[in-house]
Amino acid sequence: MANILNEILRHGVRSESFSWPQADLETWQQALWQRFGRALVIRHVDAGSCNGCELEIHALNAPQYNLTGLGLRFSASPRHADLLLVTGPVSRHMEEALRRTYAALPEPRWVVAVGDCGHDGGVFGKSYACLGGVSQVVPVDVVVVGCPPTPLQLLEGIWRAVTSARGSILPRPE
Amino acid sequence: MTTPMPLVRTLPGAVPAWQETVSREDLRSLCLTQKERGARLVSLWGSDEGEENFDLHLALAVQGGLCWLRVPLPTHDPTYPALDDVFANANRLQRATQDLLGLLAQGAAEGRPWLRHNAWPVDRFPLRKGEEGQAYPLLEQKPYPFVTVSGQGVHEIPVGPVHAGIIEPGHFRFSVVGERVLRLDTQLGYTHKGIEKRAESLAPTELIHLAGRVSGDSTVAGAWATAQALESILGRQVPERAEWLRALWLERERLVNHLGDLGYLCNDVGLSAGFSLFWALKETALRTHEGLVGHRYLYDQILLGGVAQGLTVRDCQSLREECATLEREVHRLQDLLQEHAGVQDRYLNTGQVTPALAARLGLVGLAGRASAQAWDLRVSCPTVPYAQAEVRMATRTQGDVAARVAVRFDEIFESLRLIRYFIEYLPPGPSLWDALPPPRAGVGVGWVEGWRGEVFVALELGAQGQVRRWHPEDVSMSNWPVLEHAVQGNIVPDFPLINKSFNLSYSGQDG
Repeated sequence: MANILNEILRHGVRSESFSWPQADLETWQQALWQRFGRALVIRHVDAGSCNGCELEIHALNAPQYNLTGLGLRFSASPRHADLLLVTGPVSRHMEEALRRTYAALPEPRWVVAVGDCGHDGGVFGKSYACLGGVSQVVPVDVVVVGCPPTPLQLLEGIWRAVTSARGSILPRPE
Repeated sequence: MTTPMPLVRTLPGAVPAWQETVSREDLRSLCLTQKERGARLVSLWGSDEGEENFDLHLALAVQGGLCWLRVPLPTHDPTYPALDDVFANANRLQRATQDLLGLLAQGAAEGRPWLRHNAWPVDRFPLRKGEEGQAYPLLEQKPYPFVTVSGQGVHEIPVGPVHAGIIEPGHFRFSVVGERVLRLDTQLGYTHKGIEKRAESLAPTELIHLAGRVSGDSTVAGAWATAQALESILGRQVPERAEWLRALWLERERLVNHLGDLGYLCNDVGLSAGFSLFWALKETALRTHEGLVGHRYLYDQILLGGVAQGLTVRDCQSLREECATLEREVHRLQDLLQEHAGVQDRYLNTGQVTPALAARLGLVGLAGRASAQAWDLRVSCPTVPYAQAEVRMATRTQGDVAARVAVRFDEIFESLRLIRYFIEYLPPGPSLWDALPPPRAGVGVGWVEGWRGEVFVALELGAQGQVRRWHPEDVSMSNWPVLEHAVQGNIVPDFPLINKSFNLSYSGQDG
């Protein structure tokens, strides 16, 4: 136990401050407060991803990103979630599971489609096995493109979904 | 018993491989003989050869290399004798081949579908040449016939396809008494994306792009294996520097994945500080990749004929410094875990696969090495930089979660040594072909030891250089069934831990 405490103390605080403008952070906090009573709970669904986007969603949980500090939390059940984070081109074998998971989310609910595949099927396209994008199955608020999008792009997508108009596609950064 | 002596053709390229054509009458006796000599099944797949026949293909790992068996089957009777009693991992491979191409293994132990759920009907086979690859009318979802266990107090726990954590989809059906798992039956195929059909519409350079996305955590391994197969067919060697850089990226991929897994293996026993400490290291390493090549996971770094970017002297210096930091930090974390009684209590004897069971079921890769299955392509079939660097294989005999953790630690330190070695002796020269050779027909293989285990690729190009058949095989296909044995007798709450200690790919096995 002492060793663990030692190690934690040696590393200090690893979370990083955000490069978002102060005004954006305030909008974010207001939106969280008004719409969710402080915290935003996310449910992730892999609808046929290659696991690349999952790597970046995992990376969001690295201490550098201070996820809980931002008022975000991943939930084990869609019934406790406000926002669905969906990856993959939607394989036809996941279509029904995605539909049901979406239906299990209480209203109001938001959907963020993740990755080039979540956008339009990406490299896997549309075929006998893939539907070619999340919006083919459930209504999508924001698309975060990238292969895979970085943790910061994911955060921006979530921010956009919660604070602004629906239906936006985040531009691919340079 | 005489061994049939078929026609043998040596395949050029980085992987020592040869191809033989055998008749289906001789197939079983040949497999039995090879099995006795220590061969194991790497992959089994099929191809549609047009009007006259289908071909069944097998890749066997034999002494000194890879043997690719081609077995012609007549179109009017595409059947072959089942091999799942010879090689245990043939079970799901046979079922997948039946689902996608309609080649039937006669006398197989089970006939349940494997990759087919409801996206295509039982009498249609997406990989046949007549099929366009377009969507079939969606069928009603039929329940998968799970194996049931009966008896007093036995009940079932269904889990998935959407899991509680941030992981890929699959269904696990546990039969339990109280907390103890009597049996686990798995249904995968949820992420089936039809990649093999998709490949047939792609140019060779696009194929490598797709190959890097078969399993996103093994992008270097997947793309490299496909590049090997293409380069073998085109008959041209890759610049030496490129091979060294590919190996460097492969070791970096191993490193970041092992760091992440160790973090989750802390998380799953409730040691959240360990999770944060490992993930802080992983995130730093990912940012290094972004700084070096512009991609955190090294996607699209492997190109046909080389790598996308070279390394400057300054890049090498920063990588070397990071190796030193990581070595020191990971040693500290290893001590931390070893001294923690609570962690060790959860790891030791959990999810055990004995060496005998591992050998019988054909467990390979990282999980195999933790159960004394000493297969590592970097040692048994070393390609250019590995032969010189003399990789020290990490093995354990206990076969439990603790052993799989220990192998990960050993491999991190070995990868750090290799990265430094590759930087030290990196040969000068170009790192990419200056022009692509003219297209050529032919067959080729790729075989790379990724962080999880081997990634195999078989490729056939047509006369205009178009993809006729591409079959990638992730080690997960062979290792998933072993998980069902590993959890038997364990308690349900240990399943996530055991599963994580294998960390197999869903996408890589579903295709």
